[in-house]
Amino acid sequence: MKEERRGSKRIRVLVNILGPFLGLLLVILIFSLLPQVQDRFLRLGNFKSVATQSVIVALGALGMTFVIISGGIDLSVASNIALSSCVIAFAINAGLPPWLGLLAGILTGGLIGLINGALITSLRLVPFIVTLGMLGIARGVAKWMAGNQKIDAPITWVNELMARSPQPSWLLMAPGVWLMILLAVVMVVVLRFMVFGRHVFAIGSNEATARLCGIRTKRTKIIIYSLAGLFCGLSGVMEFSRLTVGDPTVAVGLELDIIASVVIGGGSLNGGQGSILGSMIGVFIMAFLRNGCTMMGWPNYIQEIIIGFIIVVAVSLDQIRYRREA
Amino acid sequence: MGQIQKAPLLLMEDISKHFGATCALDSVDFDLERGEVHALLGENGAGKSTLIKILSGAVRPDTGTMHLEGSRYSPSSPLESRRTGISVIYQELNLAPHLSVEDNIMLGREWNTRGFLRRRKMREKVKEALSLVHHAEISLDIPVRQLSMAARQIVEIARALLEKAKILVMDEPTSSLSGEDSQRLFEIIKRLKSQDVGIIYISHFLEEVQQVADRFTVLRDGKKVGTGKMEETSLDRVIQMMVGGEVRQMFPRVEHQAGKLYLEATKLKGKKMSAEVDLDLRRGEILGVAGLVGSGRTEFLRTIFGLDALESGFVKIGPEKEVLSGDIRQRIKKGLGFLSEDRQGEGVALSLSISDNLTLSYFSPYVRFGFLRVKQQRQAGWDWIERLRIKAQGPKQPVLSLSGGNQQKVALARLLHQKADVFLLDEPTRGIDIVSKSQIYEWMGELAADGKAILFVSSYFPELLGVCDRIAVFHRGQLVEVRPAAEWNDESLLSAATTGRTSEVPT
Repeated sequence: MKEERRGSKRIRVLVNILGPFLGLLLVILIFSLLPQVQDRFLRLGNFKSVATQSVIVALGALGMTFVIISGGIDLSVASNIALSSCVIAFAINAGLPPWLGLLAGILTGGLIGLINGALITSLRLVPFIVTLGMLGIARGVAKWMAGNQKIDAPITWVNELMARSPQPSWLLMAPGVWLMILLAVVMVVVLRFMVFGRHVFAIGSNEATARLCGIRTKRTKIIIYSLAGLFCGLSGVMEFSRLTVGDPTVAVGLELDIIASVVIGGGSLNGGQGSILGSMIGVFIMAFLRNGCTMMGWPNYIQEIIIGFIIVVAVSLDQIRYRREA
Repeated sequence: MGQIQKAPLLLMEDISKHFGATCALDSVDFDLERGEVHALLGENGAGKSTLIKILSGAVRPDTGTMHLEGSRYSPSSPLESRRTGISVIYQELNLAPHLSVEDNIMLGREWNTRGFLRRRKMREKVKEALSLVHHAEISLDIPVRQLSMAARQIVEIARALLEKAKILVMDEPTSSLSGEDSQRLFEIIKRLKSQDVGIIYISHFLEEVQQVADRFTVLRDGKKVGTGKMEETSLDRVIQMMVGGEVRQMFPRVEHQAGKLYLEATKLKGKKMSAEVDLDLRRGEILGVAGLVGSGRTEFLRTIFGLDALESGFVKIGPEKEVLSGDIRQRIKKGLGFLSEDRQGEGVALSLSISDNLTLSYFSPYVRFGFLRVKQQRQAGWDWIERLRIKAQGPKQPVLSLSGGNQQKVALARLLHQKADVFLLDEPTRGIDIVSKSQIYEWMGELAADGKAILFVSSYFPELLGVCDRIAVFHRGQLVEVRPAAEWNDESLLSAATTGRTSEVPT
């Protein structure tokens, strides 16, 4: 009896992930069937380049998943990515060793996240407002630092992180892609099998209950936003690696792509729901759509309209399922 | 004309409703006369709310017919039923907290000329409605969120009257009211009766029902068990009908003996308390805390637990008389356990599973090197589901899908699981069914017998008198008096809670 129940439970968990996953397969299937792009789309090389293109959004989405599950939002991620990419360019350009520049970039992201978290918890402001403010501040600081232009930096091994054909060749994919996969697996473990992850879900589900159960909600939230910031820092490093320059105007509006990925993957803006795997699938749904549409030669606005539809459809499907369960 | 007058206000016949495989209502009859209060009684899940939803057009019945004043009535939506004169006042009131009293009452029916509000006309109308319920003193301009729960309810009733409601359905109207406010509500109900409004009254508080209702109908498992005149039927009989013999005794006595002094509050004053309070609690003792809503009893508990900030005074705990300090996590480690009066808002995390809710305050047994031992955690869920007879499919089920009584059991199980020594229980039985209530009383007795110390806050005097060893009464933030439960009765508790004065000890 018990086994049977657990079995059906497992199926439901599977369905929860399967929803977005089927969506992803559908997107791939559609483009695979379109005769105009079929042969180019289905190539391994194309899949590799989609994976490489996804790294920046995916890293941001890993952190965002935690923020959204905890019932928050971080609008400053894209500005944070731009700022971090400028910091690493600035550091390397100033003659610091690349690894130090890389560290500086990541820590800048973490610092922005820390400030977000500290403001949210100490001033008791809603995350939307604090991070909206930070969206402007971080972008502004990035432009200021870069003197309103791009920051050039000498080519180093950092630029290999996002190389489409990496050295050595047995790597098959860019080191950044491997790093993304590794971090995603680590975050799955953190979210599902570590106490911290339970606390994130508890805060998102009901903060008052979490507090009453002795969870240090403020501290946990500061950690959540700092973590999201660190991921942005890393994402900024990848952005720099890809562009080979620090560009303060990069990734404008990317926060919406990142939030959309998490939401398409089953994250609820009310908190308490979401998964790393779902968010990653969300990232790839959008990446393949962009890739396919570009191959079809469809203009940008078509992509935007399609992605807009997907967001609404994905979330309403999710809602319907949720209501049926409840 | 005369014939129409003779037809009952409402007649529901042979109403059945299935949700999937479960039968929510099985051929139920119900009727209501003008100027009558008809209590609808039954455990949670007995079918009361389904019946009301059918009446209000939110749910369509599978079979059965309804007649309103003799003519056929089959609403297709809640809006239609409201227009026909049926108003439902739900437990969670349907008011927009930021809007003013006037705006709330007129909401959806604003008088206007080409989109422009006719403010003066509306104000007159609203004043009229408020004076109909004899509460003209309520200001029209303050936002509803600044009103007490009682005043909000009055606003809802005024809105219903303005809609010319013929039938008023009240779902647990007193569950968030103090004794005094409840009495005021009953006054209003009397006035409504004299205006020929028919009232369907749903409540778990049977003493109240006895006071206010003319007739009652009991549902159990979707079937109508019986109906009758309130004055001709004893409460014991009604309870028997509701539970079908499941509860032998409402307040099961478990023998327990007060032991050593364990918790001592000295000149304790939290930021949200208006006066200093001295109170002590022994091991093996159930100390009741009575008082009206807003009398400071909840704040007292929250200050002890560290949820509200301390201003002055201190609490000593344990045989070593250690002064309590630190955050909530540290207080939980010291053996404090707190059950919130706001079950859904604070007590449980609705979207989390039973086992997560259960273990949230005490994770350490399920953690090794920072990793969660999911299997053990789930096993704990199974154990407590069985121990507390929680009706659930399994520990992974979200608390959301449990009934109120079972949600409360999960919240209580958390305190047991975290191995609390001091139980701070704020309204542990509010809004839950009788069987669960009686079980909770029994556990409180067992806990006391096990040497735990229990502070039990309640607005419901019979349960305090039924289970407590001593009872303390709060009035406007002050602790009025503490006496052994045997030296209190309903009247003396009420007078102490409402006036702050204590009558002479009856000898």
